[in-house]
Amino acid sequence: MAQTDRRDAPGLPDFSLLKRLARDQLIYLLEQLPGKKDLFIDADLMSPLDRIANVTTLKQHEVDKLYKVELKPVVSVSDQLCFLIRPRIQTVKWIADVVKSDKAVGRFRRYKIIFTPQKFYACETVLEEQGVYGDVTSDEWEFYLLPLDDDIISLELPEFFRDNFLEGDQRWVTTAGSALRLLHFLFGPFSKVYGIGRCAKMVYESWREQVEDGEKKAQNPDIGNVFLIDRDVDFVTPLCSQVVYEGLVDDIFRIKCGSVEFGPDVTSTDKSLKVMLNSQDKVHVGETQRKKEIWWEKQRKKKRCGMDIKQMKAFVAEELKGLKQEHRLLSLHIGACESIMKKKTKQDFQELLKTEHSLLEGFEIRECITYIEEHINRQVSMIESLRLLCLLSLTENGESYGIEHLLSFANLRQIGLLVEQQPGETLTVMESKVGKLVNDKTAGKLTDAFSSLAKKSNFRALSKRLMLIPKTGEEYDLRVPRDMAYIFSGAYIPLSCKLIEQVLERDGWTGFEEVTRMLNGHEFAVTGPEDSKYPQRIILVMFLGGCTFSEISALRFLGRERGCKFIVLTTAITNSSRLLESLLDNQG
Amino acid sequence: MKESKRAVSSILVDDDDDDDDDDDDDVEKVSWSGEPVGTFSEASTRVYAPELRKPKSECKDYFSDWSPEETVKRMRKGKVYSLERFRSLQDKLLLLDEAVSAHDGNVITAVLIYLKKSLSKEIFFQELMVREIALRHYVHYLKEMEEQKTLVELMKLPFSQDDAIHVQDHYTLLERQIIIEATDKKGEAEIFKKFPRKASILNMPIITTLYYSCFYHYGESEGTFSSPANIRSTFRISEKQYILTALGARAKLKSWFDVDSLFNTKNWLGYTKKRSPIGFHRVVDILQKNNAPVQVLKDYVSLIDDAELKLSLAQKYKCHDIVIEMYRDLKDRQQLIVYQGKVERGSHEDRKIDQLLGNMQIRWKN
Repeated sequence: MAQTDRRDAPGLPDFSLLKRLARDQLIYLLEQLPGKKDLFIDADLMSPLDRIANVTTLKQHEVDKLYKVELKPVVSVSDQLCFLIRPRIQTVKWIADVVKSDKAVGRFRRYKIIFTPQKFYACETVLEEQGVYGDVTSDEWEFYLLPLDDDIISLELPEFFRDNFLEGDQRWVTTAGSALRLLHFLFGPFSKVYGIGRCAKMVYESWREQVEDGEKKAQNPDIGNVFLIDRDVDFVTPLCSQVVYEGLVDDIFRIKCGSVEFGPDVTSTDKSLKVMLNSQDKVHVGETQRKKEIWWEKQRKKKRCGMDIKQMKAFVAEELKGLKQEHRLLSLHIGACESIMKKKTKQDFQELLKTEHSLLEGFEIRECITYIEEHINRQVSMIESLRLLCLLSLTENGESYGIEHLLSFANLRQIGLLVEQQPGETLTVMESKVGKLVNDKTAGKLTDAFSSLAKKSNFRALSKRLMLIPKTGEEYDLRVPRDMAYIFSGAYIPLSCKLIEQVLERDGWTGFEEVTRMLNGHEFAVTGPEDSKYPQRIILVMFLGGCTFSEISALRFLGRERGCKFIVLTTAITNSSRLLESLLDNQG
Repeated sequence: MKESKRAVSSILVDDDDDDDDDDDDDVEKVSWSGEPVGTFSEASTRVYAPELRKPKSECKDYFSDWSPEETVKRMRKGKVYSLERFRSLQDKLLLLDEAVSAHDGNVITAVLIYLKKSLSKEIFFQELMVREIALRHYVHYLKEMEEQKTLVELMKLPFSQDDAIHVQDHYTLLERQIIIEATDKKGEAEIFKKFPRKASILNMPIITTLYYSCFYHYGESEGTFSSPANIRSTFRISEKQYILTALGARAKLKSWFDVDSLFNTKNWLGYTKKRSPIGFHRVVDILQKNNAPVQVLKDYVSLIDDAELKLSLAQKYKCHDIVIEMYRDLKDRQQLIVYQGKVERGSHEDRKIDQLLGNMQIRWKN
């Protein structure tokens, strides 16, 4: 959430224009199929669509019934079916099946596929191979950018990370380039572009080509500089437990397109409620957010286990009583805090954070390993155990004594499945989960993934060179945070954000050769005109492969410090769970 | 116009979007035989397309002017293109390399689809093997199309020395597992009756297989496929990994003697001593999780190097003798007294402490 600014800070451009453009184009496309139609929407598109054109709007344009795309026969009786989908072969195959089953029973309908943000040739091939190419019309809905907040824009492409970095498939490079092109067209032209990472370079080149072919326009630019960064330049940051509020909420409740659904245990009613988590949410303006963070920090630091809910309720009611009119939202957030604390206490959050911080620092590694072993054995949460293993692997540069043995520990738990523990004992839910997690292919994939991640990782050296771990001399006062480490309770400055800070300061990569070598190169900087008309203090940062709320908070802090504004453009909001799920879903 | 577009859609890939700056709107759409398709009247054809009266071989089709570079450019922009003209292997490979250098996965995959259709599998795979980026795209495409059979065939190819070993290992393991499975399934030996198997060994990872072998086939000679020794040497399992796994298995079976043997080595004088590539504190941990009795635990606790760790674990697991001895060595009288409160009155440990406390020759520090 954007916070109070320095008075001389530049203003942000208005990104609501992006929503209007997307909406208008969608309506136009829907009108290309005149008459009543049923609309099938890809599950991933439901939340973004909701932010662009709600059900009422759709119905105003002759959409009759709305269905979620599910890979099973359709029950719709409409004569016209419209499919709004991401260009996935699996989905297109299903649509082809729908058309073919209609044909088989002699049913005639009109079918329209709207691919978004673009269609892929492989999808067309499927239609052709299935003999339905001539039966459907297809269009592209160029919906590239969804503003999630004043300073956050998302491509809503979580698959970007897996496709690009794990599968090595460059299908979304042009898409990212097109997103940049759109922003450039509406809010540019950009002055300088910096970047690091193989994908960043490709996206830059794609964008450059697209811009060269496009219209030239002189305009008053709203965005000055651009920074492109690959997710795999910094894997460590997204794997850390988040302690900034949105990060916590995302970790526990999964924020979707800037809003989160709080269940009955939070709302204290029997209903769930969707809450927008952005600047429009008045509870989080200015001091409130900071106070909450500080309070949270205080609680976390308390040595004793368990946190006092009564105290928190009192604090929040006391300190934030000025916002009485926001009471309803307030109580929702209190409910969320309660829920978070319950879950975190169960997992002994303090111990966990302590271990993480030690890993980041490279301190007391043996204790960390013991903790991780314990964690695996207690079977509290396999994803958490996995996350810690990854963190260990990356920070210790893949020292095999850590990883192989811990993985084998996970294996050993699974082996309990091979042998009867005691007569009559059945598999617990956890054991089946573990079994699924560490089956044949996954174990192999995990070891491979770890070793390839670790091979590229020079975290320890980078951390020293960039001073990512603040000195633990004086107590870190969160009330007066002095650097970006405050978003991780003073323990660690996110590598990605530090890089951005440094490159902007130096206006390039000169003098940073040592660092770029440790990051496996692919850095670039394209200087532009030093014209004063270019707002040098508005910087667009594009994360290719995802960005966390912690990084967003860090950049907001940096912006406040330097009197500039960062706009975060990301292929998707991510966190450790989503990252790991990509890793695990990546079946050989 | 739409109908005519559809008529040629099986040959050309059409683009339905309106490109404002598309200069191809004026291009005449021709069918494969060279006949004009569309709304042009016969008369205008003769006037505006004189080249159609020429013999087919001299026909300068617009498409044939498009080089691989041009074609890829057009594909990236979603414009009309044709791949059919790339018929020689050389042309096809130029096209593929051009697509790869453009960094556009959508185009790369489209070209691969075309090559797959117009090249034999052997030649296609051969070329893929030396083009890593293209290969990755093709693998991903096959996964999405769920063409497992082709994937398996592709995966069997030796891409590099490392891969070859990896794949070889995988098949060797599977072979072994099949042999072991065939015998063990019958479950005739005593151990299978006592500890029935819950699942088959097929497709389990190497370490799991090793554990299984240490559990059910411990002590078999290296000559048999099912023995731990054989698996260890065939798959080049490290000493650490082996000991960790064997320890887990034997501890589960409470074979303390076997556990003991794992750590025995002979020093140069021929004396047996104990050593472990994994810290003894970890050994203790594993043993304790398998409910090893204190008698067994204390042997390993005493082997822990780190004094602090040793003391804390000894206390945790009630290895009284060790605790007592350590306090004696530390000459820590106070702690010894405190500890005496923790042991049973009148027990052997209690008496031992009394003895020590009464020993005038020890120069206690407190």
